[in-house]
Amino acid sequence: MSTITVNKGSIWNGGQEPMKASYGKLMMWFFLLSDAFTFSALLITYGTIRFMNPAYSGVREEFTFSPTYWPIPEKVYEAVPFLHGISLPLVFVGIMTFILILSSVTMVLAVEAGHRMSQKEVEKWMMWTIVGGAAFLGCQAWEWAHFIHGTEAGTVMKDGTTFFGANLIQNQYGPPPFANLFFFITGFHGTHVLSGVILNIIIFYNVVMGVYEKRGHYEMVEKVGLYWHFVDLVWVFVFTCFYLV
Amino acid sequence: MAHSEHTPQAGGLKNPAVKRVLVVTAILSGLTIVEFILAFYYPANMSRNVLFAILTIFKAFYIVAEFMHLKHEVKSLIWSIVIPLAFIFWFIVAMLTEGGAHP
Repeated sequence: MSTITVNKGSIWNGGQEPMKASYGKLMMWFFLLSDAFTFSALLITYGTIRFMNPAYSGVREEFTFSPTYWPIPEKVYEAVPFLHGISLPLVFVGIMTFILILSSVTMVLAVEAGHRMSQKEVEKWMMWTIVGGAAFLGCQAWEWAHFIHGTEAGTVMKDGTTFFGANLIQNQYGPPPFANLFFFITGFHGTHVLSGVILNIIIFYNVVMGVYEKRGHYEMVEKVGLYWHFVDLVWVFVFTCFYLV
Repeated sequence: MAHSEHTPQAGGLKNPAVKRVLVVTAILSGLTIVEFILAFYYPANMSRNVLFAILTIFKAFYIVAEFMHLKHEVKSLIWSIVIPLAFIFWFIVAMLTEGGAHP
């Protein structure tokens, strides 16, 4: 804020940052606000379509998949890699949630290290953030593959045939929009994670090359950090809407 | 690389900023665990959905306020981000009403 003293006369002479945040940071905030609206629209669409479809009314233990009602989420997402045939409801998605929260934590630590101009620590924590993001994407790839291939038993559809897994036209878990919304919303979030990991790699490269050390501040780490936390924030909502409710 | 120690304050648990981050991490993990317990041991009804919504908003608050540092920005920036979110609540109420209108 040392520039303020130079332009004593009027704030219109420039040299001042509105809201005491740099241009880049402010624009990142407003971009994230608009992105929040996009995700809200998607999740509200999910809620609307879900409540338009009949819910399963029987006992939870006797639940079976049927295209006539919306499935119970914990009955759909109960598979874990390497543990084939064992019902572990929501365990895998719980692991994914913690991976993303932890990669958000390492990002905060990278930003904090940046404030102290500690290049080595920024490198270390950015590295862990990238690892966490990549691990999350790997988990999601497995989750999608499992969702598409389906269970061994499959589900008898309305026309009498047995169908396994899911595509955009029909799925074994419930009404067609169930799989469509799953693909679209977790896919849109996954695309955000992917672009976040790519941005993190670019910034990590710059950190290692000493670009920000020369510049005198690590604000780029902060900006990409804002985006990364937003991705985690969206997951918190996707997690509630898709896997819990 | 030679400038890596500009300030006396170092990383690690003694740094108050790092401590704060760990406290928030513990809160977020704790809330997530509570959500899991609710998912398995609480009957699926509207009151559970409301509990999920409240817990989710708490988690969102901690992520935005502490991790994204919004709590420590100037007031005008905080309100510029928070006030437009009111439209989302309008949207939710409108669409839930519409969704319920078609049995």
